[in-house]
Amino acid sequence: MEVFLQQLINGITLGSIYGLIAIGYTMVFGIIGMVNFAHGDVFMVSAFIALIAFLILTSWLGIGSIMLALLIVLIVAMLFTSLVNWVIERVAYRPLRGSFRLAPLISAIGMSIFLSNFVQVAQGPRNKSVPPMVHGEFVLMTRNGYPVTLSVKQLVIWGVTAVLLVAFWYVVTRTSLGRAQRACEQDQKMAALLGVDVDRTISMTFVIAAALAAVAGTMYLMHYGVITFSDGFVPGVKAFTAAVLGGIGSLPGAVVGGILIGLIETMWSAYFSTDYKDVAAFSVLAITLIFLPQGLFGRPDVEKV
Amino acid sequence: MSKKSEIAAAQSERVDLTRALRDAGLAALLAFALFLPLIGFWARNVGEGLLLVTRWDALALVVLIVAAARLFYTLVAQPWLKRQRARRTEIAPPWRTALAKWFIPFAIGFVVVYPLIAIAGAGMRGSIKWVDNFGIQILIYVMLGFGLNIVVGLAGLLDLGYVAFYAVGAYSYALLAKTFGLTFWILLPLAGVLASFWGVLLGFPVLRLRGDYLAIVTLAFGEIIRIVIVNWVDLTNGYAGITSIPRPTFFGIPFNADDNGFAAVFGLEFTPLHRTLFLYYIILGLALLTAWVTVRLRRLPVGRAWEALREDEIACRSLGINTTNTKLTAFAMGAMFAGFAGSFFAARQGFISPESFTFIESATILSIVVLGGMGSQVGVAIAAIVMIGGTEIMRELDFLKEIFGADFDPTKYRMLLFGFCMVLIMVWRPRGLIATRRPSVFLKERKTISADLVKEGHG
Repeated sequence: MEVFLQQLINGITLGSIYGLIAIGYTMVFGIIGMVNFAHGDVFMVSAFIALIAFLILTSWLGIGSIMLALLIVLIVAMLFTSLVNWVIERVAYRPLRGSFRLAPLISAIGMSIFLSNFVQVAQGPRNKSVPPMVHGEFVLMTRNGYPVTLSVKQLVIWGVTAVLLVAFWYVVTRTSLGRAQRACEQDQKMAALLGVDVDRTISMTFVIAAALAAVAGTMYLMHYGVITFSDGFVPGVKAFTAAVLGGIGSLPGAVVGGILIGLIETMWSAYFSTDYKDVAAFSVLAITLIFLPQGLFGRPDVEKV
Repeated sequence: MSKKSEIAAAQSERVDLTRALRDAGLAALLAFALFLPLIGFWARNVGEGLLLVTRWDALALVVLIVAAARLFYTLVAQPWLKRQRARRTEIAPPWRTALAKWFIPFAIGFVVVYPLIAIAGAGMRGSIKWVDNFGIQILIYVMLGFGLNIVVGLAGLLDLGYVAFYAVGAYSYALLAKTFGLTFWILLPLAGVLASFWGVLLGFPVLRLRGDYLAIVTLAFGEIIRIVIVNWVDLTNGYAGITSIPRPTFFGIPFNADDNGFAAVFGLEFTPLHRTLFLYYIILGLALLTAWVTVRLRRLPVGRAWEALREDEIACRSLGINTTNTKLTAFAMGAMFAGFAGSFFAARQGFISPESFTFIESATILSIVVLGGMGSQVGVAIAAIVMIGGTEIMRELDFLKEIFGADFDPTKYRMLLFGFCMVLIMVWRPRGLIATRRPSVFLKERKTISADLVKEGHG
C-alpha cells in the first residue's frame, strides 16, 4: 500500500511532464493533421536552454533565491524555445503545407535528427548534470518503516503544471486566438474565408506547444538533474503515446493520457522490471492504436470517400 | 524593350537588392537569438561539474553563415527556382527519355566494374576502403531502400520500424551460424524467411491502421524488438553484442592467410581485398535481385494490387481486392529483403550489437525511399548514394582540418548535415528526386507522368 502510494506520487509527477509535452503533439495534430516528430527534441533543446540559463544565473550572477532563479529560468526557456519552434515551423513545415501527406512527416524526422545532433555538436555528447535545485521533502505517512514522501520539487512540478494548464485552458477557450485555433482545426478554408489568419494561428500553435514543452523541459531538468542530447526521443514517443491514449486532438485527453502513461511506467518499474519499462509504454501505444484508435476522449475517425 | 520598361526592370532589381540585404539582416538577427543560448554559451563538462564558457566567435560565424545563405537564397536561388517552375512542362523532353533509357544499363555496368576502377585508382591497399566503406555500405542501403520501397513506395504503407526486420535477419544469421555452424548460403534464405515471418506477425495487428498512425505503431514495434534484444542478455548478449560471427566462405574455402585459404588455393598473394571483393559482389547480386523481383512483382496481380492500395484503399476494397492479404504480402516481401540484408550485414561485420538497429537507421532507410521519389528504384539508388556516400565522404575530408584547426572533426557533423539535408530536400522537392510515375498498365502508349498529378488516398 505504501509502495503503491509512493509510486502514485512519482507517477503523477512524471505524468505531468509527459502531459505538457503531449499537449504540443495533440494541438499540432489537431490543427494541421501532422505528427510533429521533432517535438520530443524541441523538449530536449528547451531543457538545455534551461540548463544554460540556470548556470548563468547561479554561477555568474549569483542569484541566491532558488525560486526566483527557477522562475527566470522558466521564462527564458519558454521564450527561446518558442522562437526555436516558430522558426522550425516557418522553415521546415510551412512550405510543405498542402503537399503530399508523407512530406511533413519526413521533414519533421529530419528536423528531429538535426536538433539532437546540433545539441550534440554544440554542447558535447556527455551527460550534463546540475546540482539539485530544490531541497526538502514532507513525510506523509510511515508504515512498517517505509516512509511515503512528497518532495518539494514534486510539489513545484505539480504546482507549475497546474498553473500553466489553467492559463493554457483560458487561452484556448476564452481568447480570440483560441477561437481561431478551434476554427482552423475544424475547417481551415472556411476559417480563412471568415477572416482568420490561418498562417498566424498555426504559428501561434507551434509557439504555445513549444512554451509548454519548455515548461516540461525545465521541470525534467529540475527533477532528474541530468540531460543529454538523446533525451528527446523516448520522452517524445511516450508523450505521443499519451496524446494518442487521451484521444489525439483532445486537450484534456492529453493531460489525462500523460498522467496515465506516467503511472503505467512507474508502476511497471516498481512491480515488474525497470529493463522493460519502455516496452510497457510502447505496448500501450500499439494496443491503443489498434483497439481504441480514437482514444479515451477523442472523436471517432469517420472514413469518407 | 522600351526604355521605360528597362528602367523599371533595373529599378526593381535595385529594390530587390535592398530587400535582400534587409532580409539577410533580419535572418542574422533571428539566427543570433536562435543560437545565442546553445552556441554562444557552452556548458563544458569539467570533472563532475559544469563550467560555463562563452563562444562568441562561433556564434558570430554561424550568424554570418545564416545571413550569407539568406542573401544567396534571395539573390540567386529564388529567381532560379522561379524560372525553373515557369519552364516546367508535363511531358519530359526527348533527351531525358533517351537518358532514362540508357541510364540503367550504364549504371549497372558501372557498379559491376566499380571495384576495378577503385583498384586502378587507389591501388590494392587503398582500394579496400573505397570498396568497403563506399561500395558495400551504399549497396546495403540501396538494398534496404529497395526492400522498403515495396512497403512504402508500392503499397503506400508507411513503416518506421523497418530496421527491426534487418535486426531479425542479422541476429538469425549470427545466432544460427554460431550455435549450429550453418553456412552463409543456407542461412541467407532462412534469415529472409524468419524476417518475413516477423513481418506478417507484426503486420497483422496493424492492418486497420493508416497513414501516420501506422508509422507510429511500426516505430513502437521496432523499438520493442530493439529493447528486447538489449535486455535478453542470455540469448543476444545485450549491449555487448555478438562477436566473432563466422564469415562467408568461397564454396567452403575461407578467406584467410592459411594454407587452405582462398589466396593459397588459387595461388595468389594473400590480401584482405579478396574477401571485400567477394562481399561486394554478393551484396551487388542481392541488391540487383531485389530490384529485379520488384520490377517483376509490379506486373503481377499482387504488385498491381499494391499500387492500387497506395492510390486509394477504399476504391481498392470496392473492386474486390483482399486488402488484408495485399498488405500482409507487402510487409512480408519487404521484411524478407531486410532479412537478407541483415544476414549479409552480420556476415560482413563479424560483429553485431543493438547499436546498429536504432530508430535512426529506420529513419535513414525511409528517408532514402522518400527522397528518391517513392516507387522509383533509380531514385532510391541515387538517394542512397547521395545520403550514405555523402555522410561517408565526411570521414575523408581531412583538408578541412587545415582550415579549421587540428581539433576539427568532420565526422561529428555527419548526422547534423544528414538531418539538415532531409529537411532541405523535402522543402525543395517534396515528391523526391525522381518524381515521376511509370504506369504498369497502359492503353496505347506508356507515358511517364509527374507524381504531382497523382493524388494519393489515405492508405
